[in-house]
Amino acid sequence: MAVGLAGFALLPWYMLDDGLFSFEWLLNGYPFDKNSAPALFLALQGHKLWLAPMGLLLLLPLSLWGRPKNDPVFANVLIAVGVAGLIWFFAQGFGISLRGWNFGFLNELFGKFPDRQFGMGWGAVFVGCAFLFLLALGIAARGAVGGDVFVVSSIGLIIGLVTLFIFMPVVKMLGSALVTEDGGYSASSFLGKFLSSRIWGLECIMGGSRCGVAWNSLFLALVVGFVTTLLGLVFALIATRTNARFQKVLRALTVLPVITPPFVIGLAIILLFGLSGVFTQGWAELFDTQPTRWVYGLPGLLIAQTLAFTPIAFLVLIGVVEGVSPSMEEAAQTLRANRWQTFWTVSLPLMRPGLANAFLLGFIESMADFGNPLVLGGNFDVLSTEIFFAIVGAQYDQAQAAVLAIVLLLFTLTAFYAQRFWLGNKSYTTVAGKGDAGMHPPLPRALTLGIGSIAAFWLLLTVIVYCTIFYASFVKLWGVDASLTLDHYVQAFAIGWNEFGIHWKGSAWDSFFTTLWIALISALPTALIGLLTAYLLVRQSFAGKAAFEFGTMLSFAIPGTVIGVSYVIAFNVPPIEITGTAIILIISFIFRNMPVGVRAGVASMSQLDRSLDESSLTLGANSFQTFIRIILPLLRPAILAALVYSFVRAMTAISAVIFLVSARYDLSTSYIVGRVENNEYGIAIAYSTALIFVMLLVIGLMQLIVGRRDIGRRGQAGSARQLQVAGGG
Amino acid sequence: MIKSNAASVEFRNVSKVYPGSRVAAVDNVSIHVEEGRLVTLLGPSGCGKTTTLRMIAGLEFVTSGQIIIGGKDVTTLPATERDVSMVFQSYALFPHMTVRENVEYGLKFSGFPKREIADRAMAGLTLVGLQDYGARLPSQLSGGQQQRVAVARALVLEPQVLLFDEPLSNLDAKLRRQVREDIRDIQTKLGLTVVYVTHDQEEALAVSDRIIVMNNAVVAQEGTPRELYDAPANTFVADFIGEANLLNCEITKIKAGIASVRLGPVKLDLPARGQAVGPARLAIRPNRINLVKGSTKNTLPATLSKVTYVGKHLECMAMTEAGPIFALCNDVDAAFKPGDKVGLDFPGRGPVLVAE
Repeated sequence: MAVGLAGFALLPWYMLDDGLFSFEWLLNGYPFDKNSAPALFLALQGHKLWLAPMGLLLLLPLSLWGRPKNDPVFANVLIAVGVAGLIWFFAQGFGISLRGWNFGFLNELFGKFPDRQFGMGWGAVFVGCAFLFLLALGIAARGAVGGDVFVVSSIGLIIGLVTLFIFMPVVKMLGSALVTEDGGYSASSFLGKFLSSRIWGLECIMGGSRCGVAWNSLFLALVVGFVTTLLGLVFALIATRTNARFQKVLRALTVLPVITPPFVIGLAIILLFGLSGVFTQGWAELFDTQPTRWVYGLPGLLIAQTLAFTPIAFLVLIGVVEGVSPSMEEAAQTLRANRWQTFWTVSLPLMRPGLANAFLLGFIESMADFGNPLVLGGNFDVLSTEIFFAIVGAQYDQAQAAVLAIVLLLFTLTAFYAQRFWLGNKSYTTVAGKGDAGMHPPLPRALTLGIGSIAAFWLLLTVIVYCTIFYASFVKLWGVDASLTLDHYVQAFAIGWNEFGIHWKGSAWDSFFTTLWIALISALPTALIGLLTAYLLVRQSFAGKAAFEFGTMLSFAIPGTVIGVSYVIAFNVPPIEITGTAIILIISFIFRNMPVGVRAGVASMSQLDRSLDESSLTLGANSFQTFIRIILPLLRPAILAALVYSFVRAMTAISAVIFLVSARYDLSTSYIVGRVENNEYGIAIAYSTALIFVMLLVIGLMQLIVGRRDIGRRGQAGSARQLQVAGGG
Repeated sequence: MIKSNAASVEFRNVSKVYPGSRVAAVDNVSIHVEEGRLVTLLGPSGCGKTTTLRMIAGLEFVTSGQIIIGGKDVTTLPATERDVSMVFQSYALFPHMTVRENVEYGLKFSGFPKREIADRAMAGLTLVGLQDYGARLPSQLSGGQQQRVAVARALVLEPQVLLFDEPLSNLDAKLRRQVREDIRDIQTKLGLTVVYVTHDQEEALAVSDRIIVMNNAVVAQEGTPRELYDAPANTFVADFIGEANLLNCEITKIKAGIASVRLGPVKLDLPARGQAVGPARLAIRPNRINLVKGSTKNTLPATLSKVTYVGKHLECMAMTEAGPIFALCNDVDAAFKPGDKVGLDFPGRGPVLVAE
């Protein structure tokens, strides 16, 4: 409450032009200057009278001083204050728009609004939190969740954050899909756009030139899902059921999708198979044909996405394949089934849930992929790039982008829901507890040979792809001038000296440092919010827990492009006016990557014996102290892993941030995409290579540290693996 | 030095229904644990004894009823705010803290000055004989030592009530006797109120002042170990505590609290224990039956179907008109063999009338 009052009386209510981290307002006529004054002074000077009720509400709980906690009056007053405060808080926030009242009837009620709304600042943030806390205190005092204030306020906080930064933007986006060109609302115009042939057209089947983007996306996602599942199964079988020597290599490869910016594979495919690509040129010379642009479009996308997402399917399936208890297979063999029959009748059916899961993951990944279609798509339009062009292209059609985003969201949510419905919560569980004794029987010989050659081919392709990237970063002009040079690196990362000391001359440094610090800043809250959510999910029981879990995991299924569009739409206007700032980037990273933290936390927390927290509670620590002193220290490896993964994911993210970057806060990935669009492949590739190495370094360091911190508990490998699964998303 | 703040524990009509379940885990239970006593909650798994314990700790909350500790109503207080400590089945030692840090953990939240925290922790470790192990990690201790650390950690808080949840189940058989005697010694020495959960009837008989037998979410019987063993209230208790032959018999008349009981040809005069004239149930411990060669007066004729030599006694299965009876014969040199006709003699304190 004190915090709330401080927010009300001391901190500027509205966000200032110079951003949230600047403290210049302290010198600029504070506290009486209209722009930087706290709400208290604003109200006292008669400027923004509608802020005054909140101050009174915040003072109300003082009257409860001295009352016992289990007095029903205490609880009820707090709840009333919390609810009223929050309602007023949001009503004033959303009720007043840029140009006065947001709703017509308010206009009639109070007359024309004399002022405009500004984005909320720190003062507002604190006041909002204070109301939330008061509400939680009240609910806890009524005995919810054992009267635990910490747990109730955590639940409240996370629900609030998820609502504000995931649901609200998406809902706003849905709303803006209804807006017509002249600014009115119209369902028919929405339906017209939604059902347009540009999205759902089927001409290509009848021999026309192109199909609707929705069908394109769907078809691509289905094929990619199928192929990656198959390849993933092949690799999982090799890794667990054969004694092939490249098992280690396979496991190492799984880290690749985590550290590779999503479009890099696409770039490499262009270098290899594009118009001036090695293979295209070689083929043309060999057979004396004209080199073509065949790879742009569906074929290229298929290759690139298959290469990029197979490791994800592998990670899912290796757990499943290992989880099939060897004794089942041994039992089948003693019942006179031969190796083939065992494989077809026992092993494969037992893997079925895992296969479904891998397929759906591949499907969602392909749907949400943005980088590869952007560089490789050609005339083959998919939803994610179409959304991008609707927003940044010449047309700037928010409504169109929103409609496309809805279609995309429908697909991924359906897949996500199907996955949940089908598999329940068991998505990644393998055999628990004591493993069965026994050995997996070797695979049939023909099968071994078959999958071995497929795997070898894929490995070869991957190695070629990464070598190409590395090599191409030194080539002067790919396909034209093959001489080696360091020019690209110099151009991007040159360092010079001037009178101020080191001068970061290279053109990439700016975006590189921005990316680094934004990724660093967002990593900590991501891990914390994720772990807190995991703690609530694993250790506490409260009404609506299932919905709570669904909500927090939902952002997993929302493609980055959708998040990007909805953030642009929702946070462009007050009360939360953060477009073009670093804050919006940080927030988008936190909520995009939150599921990673949640999964990491859930995985490792399930391995902590519940009696540990219970004994801490009986020893007199409250749940907050237990969380800080017992759970966090025991989860240290998981925290570190979550930190690093959210950092790495922030470094490689493209789909959401490309909508959110600004001239001042450009990120590596969007910078690279910009270079690709200008056909400056050299710099793009050099920069990507540098990024991959930086992230290899980070991951390597983490492995080193986590390896050392191991305090002899089981299952570290398991949680790390789950992380990587989540990390690929 | 560690003192005791022992207090009594009382349940008034406590029921607990877990969310999503329609059956009560604990159904209208009223118990009273006197201060300074060691009381055991005994019963088969799923009988509600652990739920009862966790409700005393404040880890579960009652659905209805009241819990009173030391005369104060603590029904709605969470674990943190109750003056109760618990020793967990898995010990729940914090693996990232040393033994000393584990023992000091609860003291840190009790507002003691630093100096005193260290002193008390040392006193606690000394009490369980682990004063030299403070710097070790729990993973470097044996199971029995970990158990003692867990006890020390709970003891140093000088709780009103100390709870044990199946503390011996992770120890091997030899160590169990040792540890349970240690627990009993500390309890009597400090005069602690202890509530102890176990499903092992022998353990319960050995450590307890009183035993509360639970079955199907209700209290089946409460009493001293001897009362429960010698005079079980019903067939469940008779069968659960020790072994018992449960036989059908007939009460012919009741006079001054003594029932005349007929079991086949045998006539017995037994305390009536609330039973009425008519068919009744009789519980007889196998070691309270004497086997006599041939048939003598007032013995139950039987044919031995099985005789097993197990070292310290013979285990005999005898077929009688009242059904098969399991009996122990302490004379290992007696030449009983299957097929022998014998008489079963029931000495005065052997058979007990029990409710169904």
